[in-house]
Amino acid sequence: METDLNSQDRKDLDKFIKFFALKTVQVIVQARLGEKICTRSSSSPTGSDWFNLAIKDIPEVTHEAKKALAGQLPAVGRSMCVEISLKTSEGDSMELEIWCLEMNEKCDKEIKVSYTVYNRLSLLLKSLLAITRVTPAYRLSRKQGHEYVILYRIYFGEVQLNGLGEGFQTVRVGTVGTPVGTITLSCAYRINLAFMSTRQFERTPPIMGIIIDHFVDRPYPSSSPMHPCNYRAAGEDTGVTYPSVEDSQEVCTTSFSTSPPSQCVFTVTKAHFQTPTPVVTDTLRVPMAGLAFSHQLSSSRLSYQPAALGPGPADLAYPVVFAAGLKATHPHQLMVPGKEGGVPLAPNQPAHGAQADQERLATYTPSDGARCAATPSSSEDTETVSNSSEGRASPHDVLETVFVRKVGAFVNKPINQVTLTSLDIPFAMFAPKNLELEDADPMVNPPDSPETESPLQGSLHSDGSSGGSSGNTHDDFVMIDFKPAFSKDDILPMDLGTFYREFQNPPQLSSLSIDIGAQSMAEDLDSLPEKLAVHEKNVREFDAFVETLQ
Amino acid sequence: MNCRSEAMLAVLHTVLLHRSTGKFHYKKEGTYSIGTVGTQDVDCDFIDFTYVRVSSEELDRALRKVVGEFKDALRNSGGDGLGQMSLEFYQKKKSRWPFSDECIPWEVWTVKVHVVALATEQERQICREKVGEKLCEKIINIVEVMNRHEYLPKMPTQSEVDNVFDTGLRDVQPYLYKISFQITDALGTSVTTTMRRLIKDTLAL
Repeated sequence: METDLNSQDRKDLDKFIKFFALKTVQVIVQARLGEKICTRSSSSPTGSDWFNLAIKDIPEVTHEAKKALAGQLPAVGRSMCVEISLKTSEGDSMELEIWCLEMNEKCDKEIKVSYTVYNRLSLLLKSLLAITRVTPAYRLSRKQGHEYVILYRIYFGEVQLNGLGEGFQTVRVGTVGTPVGTITLSCAYRINLAFMSTRQFERTPPIMGIIIDHFVDRPYPSSSPMHPCNYRAAGEDTGVTYPSVEDSQEVCTTSFSTSPPSQCVFTVTKAHFQTPTPVVTDTLRVPMAGLAFSHQLSSSRLSYQPAALGPGPADLAYPVVFAAGLKATHPHQLMVPGKEGGVPLAPNQPAHGAQADQERLATYTPSDGARCAATPSSSEDTETVSNSSEGRASPHDVLETVFVRKVGAFVNKPINQVTLTSLDIPFAMFAPKNLELEDADPMVNPPDSPETESPLQGSLHSDGSSGGSSGNTHDDFVMIDFKPAFSKDDILPMDLGTFYREFQNPPQLSSLSIDIGAQSMAEDLDSLPEKLAVHEKNVREFDAFVETLQ
Repeated sequence: MNCRSEAMLAVLHTVLLHRSTGKFHYKKEGTYSIGTVGTQDVDCDFIDFTYVRVSSEELDRALRKVVGEFKDALRNSGGDGLGQMSLEFYQKKKSRWPFSDECIPWEVWTVKVHVVALATEQERQICREKVGEKLCEKIINIVEVMNRHEYLPKMPTQSEVDNVFDTGLRDVQPYLYKISFQITDALGTSVTTTMRRLIKDTLAL
């Protein structure tokens, strides 16, 4: 079995699998960071992009993955698993997904390692990119912030699916056969999100002005610590960069041949390793050239297989060049700049704005399994929670997890109950709609009184009306969620959706109310004769006035 | 841009993500290296959905153009109609003069669209979510098919590369593809002729 594979192929295969595992973890964790990922295509190979895909490496994640793998590779019975879970600001947590990279015994001896396997692994990574956006946890992770955060954990060994609840579903991302076994990548994800259904929270009036500064995680019983999927660079840090220097992280350049093999010389220059100063940049456009690279030429190898010459498109020889080297990618490329603009933390903001935020943010209520109202602003807010500089420091200095994490202001107690019966859509609790009518909520339905202040205040105070004033009996239709396109809350604390909801039911203008109008009209009619008499008396004055105008 | 168009784009981009490679750079003595493909998340405005596409503005523009034409054709057909778009990957086979080159498809993806008129905001919102869920299923199906590794053209030599890949784009290199669509109205008759669009540079002959 293994003797069929020559030693070079075996080495290559092991390397491919190792880096495939690392890249898989990167893709999964990056997809749960809560923001959109964007990497650039480059027509010239940079020499550091495994599988010809631009997937950035977050050093912390690589570090964790390597720690979990501990020098081993996925094999039969030893799978690499990435667990994604959700943790609320109150400390409740729930496993959402388990991504498994497994190996089984079914071998494909005929397959070419350095070409077919490599390309199929690349295809599998592309599939992983697509699938990570499709599972339900993706939408949850995009909305993480004040109410909850998404955590990841990497472990190696037996797959543990117990935490996913009943009826979890699996999706297979893909398989790649290799001469030593078949690699399978799959995801098991939770369906039943009603983990809090047994806890009933009473409806209490909204609590204003409570700011929860931090909460402390309980140490996890499992062996490996949880980490927030909310990678953040604190600009003021001196940069806790990860010792990706500790072992040689390989840099791969693959060069393929369509004709008889030829010598290619590949040189790697040694560059001074610098700790990149953390710079909060725009997530998306950091070109690879901006990275601080460090290369150590420990070995560079040239290996290829002789081509099988043929008349048609040749079946090919692929020199595979490896240079062992180091890569310290800029740790902050996946950062969304701390967009604090949308979420005022301090009482400096006008009360109105603050309360608007409270309404907007107080949308995840763990009791009812979280209706996450996705106002566009909240979907952008990823940075005010989990100061991951702490998160970064702690698991790596001390393996026991004591996370100190800052949660943004206005984290509200949940106030609404959940009723699932009306919803048959999976993940309905996390859906941005509020089909339970809040008719009875006096906060949502302001009384139609002539007071101008209180209805306005009532709508301001209505949290949980995440889906808009769905209970208002005046409406002909139910506004489930208002997501105006292109609206963002960079500057103002209030976004268009919130504005619309709040001012949807303004009080009646007093002049339009019939009673007053009728009354005044009657008075007017009565007083007409008197007015006419007065005017008649003064007719001469009026005439004189008119003369002067002409 | 509307719900349909976004759904269409999501599907097309997902397929092309899997069927694009980095640019080939042929070097001396027949070796070649492959560029890097970047990816990008795209949030849909009219659907609760995010898809991943290749980071190539040219490719995105080309797809949006075709989807726009499809949308217009659907609209012009009026009322409830059925539309179908085909994304076909093909290889060119050179023929001797006077015969023109053959295009031999090796993979065809067909997306069917059924136009539904939505009256109220509530319907639109529900549709938005339903379409999002449906799209999730479709992406999983696409990935499943891709995973079958059924057939891919062999990697070509430099002289043959234009018969297999679309080398006209600056930053990525998809397999040669063409997109065509067909509209039938509610009566079942074909009201617009099938439009063929060849999105590719000229061959190097």
